[in-house]
Amino acid sequence: MNTIEKAGRPEGAGGPHSTEFEEAGIRVRRALATFGPDEPLALDCGVKLSPFTISYETYGELNAAKSNVVLICHALTGDQYAASTQPLTGKPGWWPHMVGPGRPIDTNRFFVICQNVIGGCMGTTGPRDTDPATGRPYGLNFPVITIADMVRAQAMLLDKLGIGEIFCVIGGSMGGMQVLQWASAYSERVFSAIPIATAARHSAQNIAFHEVGRQAIMADPEWKQGAYLAHGTNPAKGLAVARMAAHITYLSEAALHRKFGRNLQDRDSITYGFDADFQIESYLRHQGSTFVDRFDANSYLYITRAMDYFDLAADFGGVLANAFRGTKSRFCVVSFTSDWLFPTSDNRQIVHALNAVAAKVSFVEIKTDKGHDAFLLDEPEMFSTLRGFIDSAARARGIGA
Amino acid sequence: MSTQNGHADPRIDLDLIAEMIAPGSRVLDVGCGDGDLLALLQSKRNVDGRGVELSQEGVNASVTRGLAVVQGDADTDLADYPDDAFDYVILSQTIQATRNPKEVLRALKRIGRRVVVSLPNFGNWRVRLQLLFNGRMPETRSLGHSWYDTPNIHLCTLLDFADLCDDLGLDIEDAVILTGERAWRISNPGPLANLFASEAVFLLSRRN
Repeated sequence: MNTIEKAGRPEGAGGPHSTEFEEAGIRVRRALATFGPDEPLALDCGVKLSPFTISYETYGELNAAKSNVVLICHALTGDQYAASTQPLTGKPGWWPHMVGPGRPIDTNRFFVICQNVIGGCMGTTGPRDTDPATGRPYGLNFPVITIADMVRAQAMLLDKLGIGEIFCVIGGSMGGMQVLQWASAYSERVFSAIPIATAARHSAQNIAFHEVGRQAIMADPEWKQGAYLAHGTNPAKGLAVARMAAHITYLSEAALHRKFGRNLQDRDSITYGFDADFQIESYLRHQGSTFVDRFDANSYLYITRAMDYFDLAADFGGVLANAFRGTKSRFCVVSFTSDWLFPTSDNRQIVHALNAVAAKVSFVEIKTDKGHDAFLLDEPEMFSTLRGFIDSAARARGIGA
Repeated sequence: MSTQNGHADPRIDLDLIAEMIAPGSRVLDVGCGDGDLLALLQSKRNVDGRGVELSQEGVNASVTRGLAVVQGDADTDLADYPDDAFDYVILSQTIQATRNPKEVLRALKRIGRRVVVSLPNFGNWRVRLQLLFNGRMPETRSLGHSWYDTPNIHLCTLLDFADLCDDLGLDIEDAVILTGERAWRISNPGPLANLFASEAVFLLSRRN
């Protein structure tokens, strides 16, 4: 962190809301940046959000040239704890195979930043925070946010940290949408970009699944039109159902069959009732019930909406290639054979658009039966190809080993 | 694709191609296999190189080496690229494996200011003799497959290829033929080159 101090860290970039510790060989800094009335976040919906905070983590050290920044963008239900213990759950970070000493995103080599998205519930301003206009939690008074808003907020934090160029911006799923938005809106700041298992626009099928989740939350009587915090209630049942439905879309039929098949849960025969007879039912219920402990129902509504609204080509006359025209960034697009939520065809559209502007692009499809979630899992071929891409980009950028 | 056509290593044609590429240029290698040629061009010619490869194994191997390669099909995916996107587009030991060689070559001409094509010569005397005396489909060092499992579905002789280039408005700027281990520079493939070459490398440019 000394390098940052020397580089002159502005107010809000550290200060009283920052802690530092060592975990699993990683220098972790956990921090909260506050943006006051003079630095509002101009949202796509027209609202200027102010004040707001961004909760984020950094790993490793910024080099003197400030050329080794890796920005990790998290997915829908992810958070800033990519490689350190999640304080609420006590579980390891969500990307342990990808981020750490000697990993493809090597924390001994790169200065890694991961921010909780705007609208989130892990410290960055979102619907459960207090609305300064009313003194009560925002709830549904929180403005609708977009992927571009998330990225705009991230850029404001980097500005505050005195960081101009990002060596590599990387993320899967909704994180990949942010990567594409970064590469389009701030192409001069992005040296390389790795969108994984993502799409340049959310498909009708994916919007449909999100709508099921939102309706499950809203159907929970404890949701109270989004004002559950004021009412002292918690729409945990609705949020759990939303998570269960969504979780199915993250897996694949083959993986479900391999892991669970029609196996029964702690019993020898079916019970002719509606208990969780099958292991898959028990698994999904567990996924739902643990999720509600760490996630806010309104945040789920807002962030799924942001994904639904994402259509990068829409701002460019419907021609996706125009979103990347003139780009000098290097891209590595990654998809998975069994991902039916963000299938290879969606990712290939990004590649086609990048080819159409003769961008420097690599595209790998990883063979796996683990579905969309594969990007979070131990996929050696993904790591070896990304290591090759990142190392070659680092050589081109002059970042030492 | 180049990894699948049974070509014996090391590939002499890679060095010959590298000699035809001006240093520092923008290059697209269509059918780049494991990226051997791209790696060679980057180290020897300092090119800004991209690749397209049909097999996912080849793509992943190339990207692991730090090369910018996408999975794609020469027959269908060249349409994405804009006009004049590259100084050179290379089709190395691939044209005979495409479904529509004429359209592929037309696309290459549009994308690249110059086109480099290396291909096996079906007019080679060994091929001719095998067919004449054995009465069976020839199998040679450059064509190491049975007729039923060969990826080489559009074989031609050097004279045939020269005709196609002429047809498409492509001039032969440079040509090198291989006879065994030896390379010979020629101006235009004639009957003798067509008889003795086992393979050839052409540097093509748009006719003015």
